[in-house]
Amino acid sequence: MLLRLQQVALSFAGNTVLHDVDFGVEPGRIQSLIGPNGAGKTSMFNVITGFYRPQRGDITFDGERLVRQEPHRVTQMGIARTFQNVRLFREMSVLENVMAGQHCRSRAGALSAILRLPSQRAEEQRILETSLACLDFVGLLEHRDRLATNLAYGHQRRVEIARALATEPRLLLLDEPAAGLNSGEKQSLIGLIRRIRDERGVSVLLIEHDMSLVMNVSERISVLDHGRLIAEGAPQAVQNYPRVIEAYLGQDDEELTW
Amino acid sequence: MTWYDSLLQQLVDGLVLGAFYALVALGYTMVFGVIKLLNFAHGDLYMTGAFAGFGGLSLVSGVLGAGWLGIFVAMLLAMLAVGCLGVVIERVAYHPMLGAPRLSILITALAVSLVLQNAALSLTGGQYTAFRTDLGFGGLNLGNLFLSYNQIVLVATAGVLMIALELFVSRTAYGRAMRAVAIDKEMCRMLGINVSAVIAVTFFIGSGLAAAAGTMAGAYYGSIWYFMGFLIGLKAFTAAVIGGIGSITGAMLGGLILGLLESFGTHIPFIGSEWKDVFTFSILILVLVLKPTGLLGKSEVERM
Repeated sequence: MLLRLQQVALSFAGNTVLHDVDFGVEPGRIQSLIGPNGAGKTSMFNVITGFYRPQRGDITFDGERLVRQEPHRVTQMGIARTFQNVRLFREMSVLENVMAGQHCRSRAGALSAILRLPSQRAEEQRILETSLACLDFVGLLEHRDRLATNLAYGHQRRVEIARALATEPRLLLLDEPAAGLNSGEKQSLIGLIRRIRDERGVSVLLIEHDMSLVMNVSERISVLDHGRLIAEGAPQAVQNYPRVIEAYLGQDDEELTW
Repeated sequence: MTWYDSLLQQLVDGLVLGAFYALVALGYTMVFGVIKLLNFAHGDLYMTGAFAGFGGLSLVSGVLGAGWLGIFVAMLLAMLAVGCLGVVIERVAYHPMLGAPRLSILITALAVSLVLQNAALSLTGGQYTAFRTDLGFGGLNLGNLFLSYNQIVLVATAGVLMIALELFVSRTAYGRAMRAVAIDKEMCRMLGINVSAVIAVTFFIGSGLAAAAGTMAGAYYGSIWYFMGFLIGLKAFTAAVIGGIGSITGAMLGGLILGLLESFGTHIPFIGSEWKDVFTFSILILVLVLKPTGLLGKSEVERM
């Protein structure tokens, strides 16, 4: 297991958000986490990435414990993440946004940056090259000098993915990557997610409401409902589980287009 | 002296004054950028820097003399020492308050200011300390315009420091991280950026620049005292507001503009030099009323 959650429990002011969740992601897999609104999916991402501290349970990533690690440490250990809503550094260029993702891989400290030592210049060059490669990977190389805020929405989402890849992760968490995309953009997103795994060897765990995308891209699906993991398995199997159908039919606002 | 020569002389004086304001305003604006705090102790770091430079000079003057070389080394020592003091202040006084309401941390900054002032007061007994140097009074005579070498070195040093800062912020990974932290701290954590370290570096640089200004002011004016940071703190704040608080280029610009306005303003008939501060703070009020975001600031509403 690349990522493993064991008996993870999380609650806020007496409201239990996650009930002793056991969950895992195998290396090299594209996996989806689905469930009705309020099921605890994003909370699970927040627990994994160190934004929330679970009351109980253990989380390991490639054998290393993640619980009680600061978020920046979690990223350095190899987990990157994008958010539901686009959160680029608006007043910075597209390239600078991606370069900010490389920061955690730079070794030169602040002092050598102030003194502009040769080692620091070499490092800047390396950061630049890696960031350009990440932008090229998502197909936005030509937009590198534009301000992030001036890009089309679909492109902004891709910049976010490029920035997350620039942290050189082994596991990428995508929180509703298809939200707000049109059908053409969704198709190319599916291609991008596959290439992230196939070409860069990064495992992908995504939260998504668009069921056709989930069914199309996932090799394994986990279903969360009211903070409990109620089903897990291959897409075809999961979609026929009575408890899954029940969990979704209990909701009336969810777009249930399998 | 014709009115034209007098105008040029005011320009030179304004540049010198503006260089001090700009250096101190930079620290204000950088700290505001990363933790949204108006660090009212910043002027007192300038004062501490003057004393640190004084101490540094008495350490090195035996070997290097008290000329430009000695003062330059003393300035570097003061920047290092006060830079570290700034980091300690952030760790001890501000860091634990980052989650608290904005007003609490502002009051903490006022407390830090009082601590620094009173520490200097009890160490010096409130007396002026003579900042003795071997700097001469030589200079260039350009027609009726007199440019002292001290003024030239001072403005040049300030210029080099500001260019270095601009390069650091725009070209290095840490500078980029600093701008990113100013925009979205949480996202930075998510990207693996050690936000606390970036904040510490920001305080180090901001405090170091204040110390550089303090040492140069001590050497230039020849005396220092515990209260010298108060007024320049307020004026640097004004400069930062004129330029647009949070904007680094804005602070440099605001400092120069304020220095020039003050220099020229005191020569408008009926506004003598005793009205200088009234003039400065009237400008602050005008900017706050007419263009609260300053010249280069973002139009973001600040919640205090």
